[in-house]
Order: sequence, then C-alpha cells, then structure tokens
Amino acid sequence: METKLLEVKNLKTHFNTERGRVTAVDGVFFTVHAGETVGVVGESGCGKSVTAESILRLLDEKSTEYEGEILYKGKNLLTSTINEMQAVRGNDISMIFQDPMSSLNPVYTVGNQIVESIMLHQNVNKKEAYEKAIEMLRLTGIPSPEKRIHEYPHELSGGMRQRVMIAMALSCQPKLLIADEPTTALDVTTQSQILDLINELKVKFNMGTVMITHDLGVVAEVCTKVVVMYLGQVIEESDVRSLFSSPYHPYTDGLLKSIPQLTGDRSKKLHVIEGKVPTLHQVPKGCRFAPRCAFANEKCHDEMPELVQADTSRKVRCWHYKEIFQAGEESPYVSAADSY
Amino acid sequence: MSVQQIPIEQPLLEVRNLKKYFPVTNSLGKVTGHVQAVNDVSFNMKKGETYGLVGESGCGKSTTGRTVLRLIEPTEGETIYKGENIYQLKGRKLMDMRRELQMVFQDPYSSLNPRKRIGHILEETLKIHRIGSKQERMDRVMDMLNKVGFQSEQYFRYPHEFSGGQRQRIGIARALMVDPSLIICDEPVSALDVSIQSQVLNLLEEIQDEFNLAYLFVSHDLSVVRHIADRIGVMYLGQMVEEAPTDELFAQPLHPYTKALLSAVPLPNPMIKRERITLKGEVPSPINPPSGCVFHTRCPHATEICKKNVPVKRNVAPNHAVACHLYE
Ligand SMILES: Nc1ncnc2c1ncn2[C@@H]1O[C@H](COP(=O)(O)OP(=O)(O)OP(=O)(O)O)[C@@H](O)[C@H]1O
Ligand SMILES: Nc1ncnc2c1ncn2[C@@H]1O[C@H](COP(=O)(O)OP(=O)(O)O)[C@@H](O)[C@H]1O
Ligand code: SF4
Ligand code: SF4
Ligand SMILES: [Mg+2]
Ligand SMILES: [Mg+2]
Repeated sequence: METKLLEVKNLKTHFNTERGRVTAVDGVFFTVHAGETVGVVGESGCGKSVTAESILRLLDEKSTEYEGEILYKGKNLLTSTINEMQAVRGNDISMIFQDPMSSLNPVYTVGNQIVESIMLHQNVNKKEAYEKAIEMLRLTGIPSPEKRIHEYPHELSGGMRQRVMIAMALSCQPKLLIADEPTTALDVTTQSQILDLINELKVKFNMGTVMITHDLGVVAEVCTKVVVMYLGQVIEESDVRSLFSSPYHPYTDGLLKSIPQLTGDRSKKLHVIEGKVPTLHQVPKGCRFAPRCAFANEKCHDEMPELVQADTSRKVRCWHYKEIFQAGEESPYVSAADSY
Repeated sequence: MSVQQIPIEQPLLEVRNLKKYFPVTNSLGKVTGHVQAVNDVSFNMKKGETYGLVGESGCGKSTTGRTVLRLIEPTEGETIYKGENIYQLKGRKLMDMRRELQMVFQDPYSSLNPRKRIGHILEETLKIHRIGSKQERMDRVMDMLNKVGFQSEQYFRYPHEFSGGQRQRIGIARALMVDPSLIICDEPVSALDVSIQSQVLNLLEEIQDEFNLAYLFVSHDLSVVRHIADRIGVMYLGQMVEEAPTDELFAQPLHPYTKALLSAVPLPNPMIKRERITLKGEVPSPINPPSGCVFHTRCPHATEICKKNVPVKRNVAPNHAVACHLYE
C-alpha cells in the first residue's frame, strides 16, 4: 500500500449543549492512504458529518471538545494551532459538501471565489490564478468555462454548482479530499457524471478520498474500503467486497438486507431493523445496537464491545460476530450476483 | 364501497393527453412563456395495481400526480375515473372523487399540522366527508393507528413527538381513513433512512393487499420503484418516453433515456460491474424544450429525423410502449 495520509484513532467529539453534554462521535477509527477511496456509511445522525468536520476542525471550538488523534502525515491535527490548521485546509485537505449552495457565496461570481481560494493558498498573481481557475473548471467538465466563470452560483444547475465546488476544492491539488454526500442532492445521471469526475481526478492527482454517503450503491461503486457507523461509533471496517458479500456486524447485515435491489428476486419482503436509533441523550451502556439486535444477550447489554481485528482486512465491534457469522444465513448479495 | 363494482378488466383510472403548463412571468407580471411541466401524458391504472412514475427531478412526475388528483387544474387533457372526466365533476361527485383518490406526500414533517394531535389529524378527513358519529370516528382512528403500527395512547401525541418514519406512517393512515381506491404516493420514502424506508414500503404493500388499493407511486429512486411497482412509466422533460411492466423494463429497456437512467444507478453490489452510459450535458429547460424528440440533445443515437419529428408512443410488445424513432 502507498503512503499513509490520514489516520483517525479513537476520535471522540463532544458538544456542550443547553441540554447537557452529548458525544456525537464516540470511537471512530480509519486510515486513508494516497490514491485510496474510503467510504463512510451510516444512517442519518450517526456522526458522519461531525467526523468530517472534526478532521478539518470546522466545528465551533467554544462548545466542542475532541479526544483521540487525527494524524495527518503523522502530525496530530487535534493539537495543531489555528495557523497550522489554516495551512492544512485547502492546501492539503479539501472538503466538498452535500449542498454546494451553502458553501458558495451567492454575491460573488464563481470565478471570483475560485480565484480567491487559489490566491489564498498558492503563490500566484491574479492573472495566473484566473487562468488556473478556468483550467480547473474545464477539468471538471464545465462547457465554455471562460464564460461560466463570470456567472453567479444561482445561475447554475445543481450539477454545475457541484462541479464548481469540486473545481474549488481541487484547485490547490489537495492530497486528501473529504466529500460529504457530494451527490446526494443530484439526479442519478448527474451523480454518475460527478462520481466519474471524482474518480478521474483521484487517479490523476493520486489523492486520498473520504467518501461520506448513506448510499451503499455509491460505496460499492467507488470505494475500496468502507467503515460503517452506528450512533457515533465505527462498528465495522472492511474491504468493499467482503462487506457486501459477508458482513460481520448484525447492523451491517440488517442494513444491506433492508435496501431494495436493482437485480435479482424482487418479490421478497424487505428486512426491517426493529426499533429505532436511540438519541444521543440515551446512549445504551453496552453495545449500542443491543436494543435492536436479534442476537443480544446480557453481556451485550452490559459491556461495550471494542472494535477488534477480525481478519486481515476487517474489523468489527460485536461480542458475538464469530458465532453469528458461522451460524449465519447467506447474504442476499451473493445470490444477486450469481443470478445476474 | 361503490368502487368495487368496477369490473377488473376496465381501468380504474385513465389519463388521456394530459398537459400542464405553468406561466412564466417577468418582473412586471407579463407572461413571457410557459413551463411545459407535463406535455401530453397518457396512461391508465388498474384496480389494486402499483404504477410507478420515474424520471429525474423536474421531469413532471409530481405535477402529473397532483393534476390527476385535481389538486391543480390541467391545461389540457382528461382523467377518467369511474367513467367520468374528473375535471368536470362538481358537488357530490367531486366530493366522492376527493375521498376515493388520496395522497401521501414526500415530506413527513411539513405535511402534518404541528398544532394538532395525531388522533385529530386522522379524524379530520372523516369529518370533512361527514363520516360516522363522534364515537364511530374515534374507534376508526384507533383501528387505523393500530393498523399502521401504533398504540392507542399515541392518539393524543403531537407530530413533533414522532420520527420521520412514524410520521410517514401517520400520513399513510390519514390517506386510508376514508377508504380510498387509489393513493398517489409522491416520493413517500425519499426523506427516510434505508432501515426506516423498508418499514414504510412493507406497510404500503400490506395495506395494498388488505384494501385492494391502487398506487400511483412517484419516485426518482429506481430500486424502490422496482421493488414496489407492477408497471412503470418513464418520464423525461414532461413526456412519457417508455412504459412497461416492471420486470420487462429492467430486463429490456428500449428507450435510450431509460437505458442511460437504469445504467446510472449505482448497484449496492461490488461483484457486478456494468457498463455505465454517461449522458452528456444537462436536461434542457422545460420552457423551451427541444424540437422533435425532446431527448435528442443528449441522445447517443440521435439522427436528423429526431430533431424534426416528434416520435409517437407506440406498443412494441403487449404492454410495452416506447416513444422513439428507433422503434418505428
Ligand atoms: N453542533 C452540534 N451540537 C450538538 N449536537 C450536534 C451538533 N452537530 C451535530 N450534532 C448531533 O450529532 C449527531 C451526528 O450528526 P451528523 O451531522 O454527524 O450526522 P450524519 O451522520 O452526518 O447524518 P446525515 O446523514 O443526516 O447527514 C446527531 O445526533 C446530531 O444531532
Ligand atoms: N406551481 C408551479 N409553478 C411553476 N412551475 C412549476 C410549478 N410546479 C412545478 N413547476 C415546474 O414544472 C416542472 C415539473 O415539476 P415537477 O412535476 O415538480 O417535477 P418532478 O416531480 O418530476 O421533480 C419543473 O420544471 C418545475 O419547476
Ligand atoms: S455485541 Fe451483541 S448486541 Fe451488539 S451487535 Fe453484537 S450481538 Fe448484537
Ligand atoms: S427519437 Fe431519436 S433522439 Fe429520441 S430517443 Fe429515439 S433515437 Fe434518441
Ligand atoms: Mg451529514
Ligand atoms: Mg417531485
């Protein structure tokens, strides 16, 4: 494997709120190498965005506390100074968001914004920055970029805006890109264009990518490795193929079975994970999935399992994954692939 | 219900050449053009059937659904329900139609009045249609709450006390209160997480069997539609470009747009690698749709004739229709 870029080690992010202290992220681990795309999946509220924002320290530091380590090229970002962080953002690590409108300034042309971001991070004059901006827009597949550069964000379609965001994020040739649901707001045909684009640029710049999404299809398509989150914790980490063909964690298994498929038998009833995700104010003391898990026993309710190495490419946070897996039924994914 | 007297073979609902144009005005209020949101759409629905309408954002799915319910008036065209054009119904018959055709919305947050208790929200539709005595209405609400998986105590709760999936179940219960024959489900699970989505989809399937309901199921999510629909209509820029039974559409899509759309959906299965057809460019504006075939600006197979002549939707197999010059 190539150079290790980012290592998140037991990250915890606490918020001090009016209703008391909540821990939105409580045990996140993963590693990203250059040229690798790591997927972060999980349902709404499980802590994906907070993880991303913690890596870049974008959260309001007055009410946020971090624990653990976020090592970027070996240096802990959680103990870096504001100035050091400023240098990392944009230069080394860039981020794109689900809603490009919220991160583009509506009163400036897209050109202005890209030029400004280039000049902030690179030692170039305005003219050079301007040319670079056009080049980046062209790279992202925007037709006639020398014209588009003078337009305002609201004059562009959703797909175009996301391309502008990507152009901006990549204009400084970051080593690591964090993409938080970059295609969730887009139609599938536009999504497929944007995913292709991110893939292309990843290869071109040998970039490491963290792809945050709730869409397991996107994960299967673009990621090599994936971490699954539940209620603030990473509960499984795996290479993509193994995760889909034989998930270890009961939650991952349930999640995979509850999505309708595009191939194979469609008459089967969808799986339902009983119950609902507890709030951050009532986090179970043992395994966080125990109240909804069909395999839970007393130990599960009392003691929290750690994320352990299950085999060479996989980690899991479950007391009983071995027994469950050995007794387990076949995953629907294997059969779907066979029948194709 | 009187609905049950309709013989099986006859369509429950027939949409004929439906058009809905929205005026576009400039800052002085002068009409400068029209958004051709729905442009000559025809299809029919059988009793107890689920008809899926798919296509990308802005292609006219919701407008079609809302016009079929007469929540908005059409620009042209008819929707025949029980032998009558619903756009001409008045009085008693209009009320009956409003009761029998119900709707479930995408957003479970804004579609329920936050100041009303759940029980009252459900009772309201009965009141509007003057059904039952106070006690009968209450019993019926309790029944329905149980049916969609709630306890009777929850009658007195407010919408904000429920999660997204629960609210969506309440929306479904509300639609069911008045014994509809058809429910238009506009992206009913799009705002929900997958594990919650499966609960709601299962519920929709269960009550369909129990009440012999037809669904017009509008969604941009092709996996969800594949799971639930019996037949599917594919829309692009206000027009229906292909229509087929679900399995056939997925096994053998014919229209170049349908092919591209299906190939673009990422499969949650890393074992399957498919050829993706990536469309170039963007959906043109519905204010000035392209001449000839509306898809010609992006179609990999477009020829001269496509720019000039509008392809007519025709059957290429029983139940499988496509609007494309390649199949003429
Ligand atoms: N500033 C904050 N103060 C308090 N709690 C917060 C704050 N930001 C996020 N949270 C809580 O932290 C949890 C994780 O939120 P996060 O935004 O990371 O979820 P997510 O996984 O990105 O979800 P989604 O898929 O909906 O984007 C949620 O319970 C959220 O309500
Ligand atoms: N009330 C309205 N006034 C003007 N334009 C509208 C209105 N409702 C929808 N439209 C336009 O009609 C087209 C179809 O919209 P819609 O039916 O909502 O699409 P879909 O549900 O397929 O996403 C879009 O271009 C949309 O902007
Ligand atoms: S630790 Fe116990 S409750 Fe948690 S996932 Fe494993 S079996 Fe289920
Ligand atoms: S009619 Fe022509 S442009 Fe339209 S879909 Fe068919 S081949 Fe493509
Ligand atoms: Mg998020
Ligand atoms: Mg819609």
